[in-house]
Amino acid sequence: MTTVATVSEGTDNPYALSHLDSLESEAVHIFREVAGEFERPVILFSGGKDSILMLHLALKAFAPAPVPFALLHVDTGHNFPEVLEYRDRTVAEHGLRLHVASVQEYIDAGKLRERPDGTRNPLQTVPLTEAIQQHRFDAVFGGGRRDEEKARAKERVFSLRDEFSQWDPRRQRPELWQLYNGRHAPGEHVRVFPISNWTELDVWQYIEREGIELPEIYFAHEREVFNRSGMWLTAGDWGGPKEGERVETRQVRYRTVGDMSCTGAVDSDATTLAAVITEIAASRLTERGATRADDKMSEAAMEDRKREGYF
Amino acid sequence: MTTFTRHAEQLSTTTLLRFATAGSVDDGKSTLVGRLLHDSKSVLTDQLEAVEHASRNRGQEAPDLALLTDGLRAEREQGITIDVAYRYFATPRRRFILADTPGHVQYTRNMVTGASTAELAVVLVDARNGVVEQTRRHAAVAALLRVPHVVLAVNKMDLVDYAEPVFAAIAEEFTAYAASLGVPEITAIPISALAGDNVVEPSAHMDWYGGPTVLEHLETVPVSHDLTACHARFPVQYVIRPQTAEHPDYRGYAGQIAAGAFRVGEAVTVLPSGRTSTIAGIDALGESVDIAWAPQSVTIRLADDIDVSRGDLIAPADDAPAVTQDVEATVCHVADQPLAVGQRVLLKHTTRTVKAIVKDIPSRLTLDDLSQHPAPGRLVANDIGRVVVRTAEPLALDAYADSRRTGSFLLIDPADGTTLTAGMAGQAFAAAATGEEAATDDPEWDF
Repeated sequence: MTTVATVSEGTDNPYALSHLDSLESEAVHIFREVAGEFERPVILFSGGKDSILMLHLALKAFAPAPVPFALLHVDTGHNFPEVLEYRDRTVAEHGLRLHVASVQEYIDAGKLRERPDGTRNPLQTVPLTEAIQQHRFDAVFGGGRRDEEKARAKERVFSLRDEFSQWDPRRQRPELWQLYNGRHAPGEHVRVFPISNWTELDVWQYIEREGIELPEIYFAHEREVFNRSGMWLTAGDWGGPKEGERVETRQVRYRTVGDMSCTGAVDSDATTLAAVITEIAASRLTERGATRADDKMSEAAMEDRKREGYF
Repeated sequence: MTTFTRHAEQLSTTTLLRFATAGSVDDGKSTLVGRLLHDSKSVLTDQLEAVEHASRNRGQEAPDLALLTDGLRAEREQGITIDVAYRYFATPRRRFILADTPGHVQYTRNMVTGASTAELAVVLVDARNGVVEQTRRHAAVAALLRVPHVVLAVNKMDLVDYAEPVFAAIAEEFTAYAASLGVPEITAIPISALAGDNVVEPSAHMDWYGGPTVLEHLETVPVSHDLTACHARFPVQYVIRPQTAEHPDYRGYAGQIAAGAFRVGEAVTVLPSGRTSTIAGIDALGESVDIAWAPQSVTIRLADDIDVSRGDLIAPADDAPAVTQDVEATVCHVADQPLAVGQRVLLKHTTRTVKAIVKDIPSRLTLDDLSQHPAPGRLVANDIGRVVVRTAEPLALDAYADSRRTGSFLLIDPADGTTLTAGMAGQAFAAAATGEEAATDDPEWDF
């Protein structure tokens, strides 16, 4: 006997939600759960597309009331000026509160030391975790997605962190149905990832659908860059180019926004959202593989940083 | 072989299917997952290079595709999958979230976790071995969790000469077993994950099979239920009160519709208080609508100014669930610390968390043969059993059979917040839709 299902096209059902509507509904549910269960949540906001998406979802989740969370930016001191400008404009536009944890201040105070390779991404962990303790944040929203990296694929939507902000992948709570367990002891907090189930393409399609404004660096533009270890880095006061590295003007755009010292640009002609989506759909590289130096340090670089308290 | 080109305009209207895989280590689950990811162009060059690099470092000649899915240091060191991972891939017709669950016997909790959000489960069987204990265990978990669609993938058909009788016998045995547990829909597909038969492309070796390939089935299986058959349920998550000059009197109840549909003008009851009102408006994330349905996140406004807060349930006035403080349920114990009779716990049901006490553990189930062990006294990790819980406050609880969302709950350790147990209210297995004896009439199933 062969049992064959009676099948019908999924889209024939008028009550089937599109995949973007499903993801949006799930993310909004997560934002509201945190608002209902926690005392002092905060949204990590870098001015990158994932945190911009999160803020947009939070605005929709609580409309017509304001977003009941503050923002926290961990400023590496090597940020793209266009991104900082975007950050401040967005905060003013929506009447939000912004906390800034500054890596530069930690270096100036002698509490952190510059790394020989000049990369400041790993240095974010200490200012981040101290800001969480100082402000007594009990839930910290991050824009991490499970499709980004293999250690992130193992991350829960609600991720309990101890008083040192550490992630223990072997002691994670099973996540069943849509029942998120946010119980934590004083001093502990929960990292919350509302867009866990989104892919890079989902993020771009949603940004296009909703008409969300992004910093200009996401679109193709002429830029002075130089090549280091196969990546196009933006020339600037942060420490490039060094001797032997040659600056040239190329038409590029960014797929992620991070510290200038470790975020590479990609050659691109995509000046519109539609063109960016077409380019990503055809790309044979993941966004991190293409443009992030810090993930290539070792096979478990992300897992190791997450264990220490990184997002 | 078909290569999928991801066209944005096609993707924008596609739906999302969440599914889970279940299978023992040697059944070829990794190969099947690898082939679905690979053939849908979801494994990108840098990920494949990383796997090739890591495989070479280990002295392996061919790239080990399991390294794609084993993301943790400990998993790669030991060569086993410890934890559920979620994978994402897409075809022009649909987008998929795959809960990739470890196959080890002791990790029942992981399959329960993966199946809790799945609308479809793929159970893998080795064609040479047929239906074994592990297959029955997977079918039982899928039945307990009420996963709407089950696919039996009879793998390694290349090793049994692609013989129809081999497949037919396995399909028949499995279908009869799963149907007796109340699995509503079973699709059996003969495949070879290694050779690629009937995974993405129809097999050239099995003309006798006229059904869909695995991917074709995943792309076309319906993802939402008949709304008219569902009891509408809306757990209140959060009260939105802007109190601004622009919206001085706005008071909306935010939440995700758990089941069914709600319409403006509908008479509703708020539980557990039992107060009634009418839906004055529904705001669907910025847009005012006349009707909204599961699983949309919306904000409902009521005509009357009554006391409603987080943890309450809004339901149609003529179709509201009873409230109760005595919960009888089937549970899967997911924590390393045991659950014992007399234990004080927290019970989290939809948006409501209440104190509770475990009054009784009448039985523990052996998944291998579905036999019951009476009065075990306690449950340990990966045990499935019946429990009776008394709650400090009344709950508007449905049977899990009627609503996965409002019939499910967690038991939590109040001391350290550990998630102890996943609960499903009501009877364990569904009655078979057809067949001579309904499963519930058989005391063997009603443990």
